[in-house]
Amino acid sequence: MKILSASKLNVQYDQTTALKDVSFDLYEGDYLCIVGDNGSGKSTLVKTLLGLVKPKSGNIDFHSRITQEEIGYLPQTTHIQRDFPASVMEVVLSGCLNRRKWNPFYSRAEKARALKNLRRLDIEDLKHKSFRALSGGQQQRVLIARALCASEKVLLLDEPVTGLDPQTTASLYELIEKLNQELGMTIIMITHDVGSGLKSASKVLHLRKEVLFFGSLEDYQQEELAKCHRGGLRHA
Amino acid sequence: MLNLTDVFSQMFSHAFMIRALLAGSAVALCASLLGVSLVLKRYSMIGDGLSHVVFGAMAIALALNLAPLRVAVPVVVLAAFFLLRISQNSRINGDAAIAMISSTSIAIGVIFMNFSSGMNADINSLMFGSVLAMTPGDVHLSLVLSIIVFLLFLAFYDQIFAITFDENFARATGVKVGFFNMLVALLTAITIVLGMRVMGTMLISSLIIFPALSSMRVFISFKSVIISSAILALVCFFLGLTASFIFGTSPGASVVVINAIAFLLFSVAGITLKR
Repeated sequence: MKILSASKLNVQYDQTTALKDVSFDLYEGDYLCIVGDNGSGKSTLVKTLLGLVKPKSGNIDFHSRITQEEIGYLPQTTHIQRDFPASVMEVVLSGCLNRRKWNPFYSRAEKARALKNLRRLDIEDLKHKSFRALSGGQQQRVLIARALCASEKVLLLDEPVTGLDPQTTASLYELIEKLNQELGMTIIMITHDVGSGLKSASKVLHLRKEVLFFGSLEDYQQEELAKCHRGGLRHA
Repeated sequence: MLNLTDVFSQMFSHAFMIRALLAGSAVALCASLLGVSLVLKRYSMIGDGLSHVVFGAMAIALALNLAPLRVAVPVVVLAAFFLLRISQNSRINGDAAIAMISSTSIAIGVIFMNFSSGMNADINSLMFGSVLAMTPGDVHLSLVLSIIVFLLFLAFYDQIFAITFDENFARATGVKVGFFNMLVALLTAITIVLGMRVMGTMLISSLIIFPALSSMRVFISFKSVIISSAILALVCFFLGLTASFIFGTSPGASVVVINAIAFLLFSVAGITLKR
């Protein structure tokens, strides 16, 4: 089941082109990794998918199953202030804000939803803790729980393992894989980590302002391998 | 030795003291609530810039014999929208722009006052407040507007938390971030205009910044910081007003000093609690 298609996305900041003719389709249950160097337009693509940046031309179609606002989003941690006073529960509940129309308070159902997601991520015991006092890995889990409150269909993670130690990184990947396999969530993950980061991906999108590669993980790995060989021969 | 009961009974035998307490508490409460969001969003300078714009607007109104609030409210609301735009636009240096607007507003205000008579007393009251000279009409207006600000803040509390904590996430999940930023700016503008009578241009920022900063030393959740700020603002205003009555000091200045002392105490408490 196709849930979104990007077709011929062009994004410009002032005079510089950030994305050029980017097209791809996303199916329900996909685990898509978006890779590319710094400045290759990964973050711009994220912002475009979320509707934070308007494309100059081209469009993103959401196929009936979800709306743009139903993408759960894990931002890069740098966006969140280190000294912000907020309890874990407050942060996670704020993910439920989009399902509340004119009610000025969170309902019991929304609180239950927040608790369910805390349990899912194994961090229920942290709910009264201060967000700023948590470790990097715990903070990521809290923010994923918040994203799950916003949507249980699509989760978009922007470089989720930046600054985490190898062990925490591994357990975070495990968790994302679980969300994909067990809950059938569609995952879009931006990553620098082309090693273990790609391990559970089903599809890869390699970006350098335009799409260099889009397809299954196996095809991508073969192509990269071939490229290495060619590169190796040329150097020899 | 001062007898507190005597002090209070003397203090509240004056109608002007009761008016000062009512109007001042209402403004202090609103300023402290909005202050938490402004401080965390790094928008403290906007409050400061607005207070200078109010000076200019009030001075012009006084010189032209217009009702001060009728001139100040629309001017400051416009200025609030403008300052918000500036600080969100990365191409303009927000700090410098706000400093420029602040000093220009003061200068224009002073020039207008040069043309009218009795300028020193007026400038003094605009700079440092004249809470003891509030009329019953002033107090009614302050109370009504404060209640509106307070209710709007409560009604949109969760949205204000969301846009303060993580603007991008809020926008991505469909919160009207632009609208709520404007709302916060608008409520701040109204609060600052009201606070002018109480604290004056030079001191109004303290009502916005101090309670939030003090509370953040000790409390860890957003809600507890909000509640603590509100209580602290009310307590400090009451103590400041009482101190000014006892020692004959300027009410605005006394409130600021009490707030500064509270900040020190909260900082020490924060260090002791290892927060």
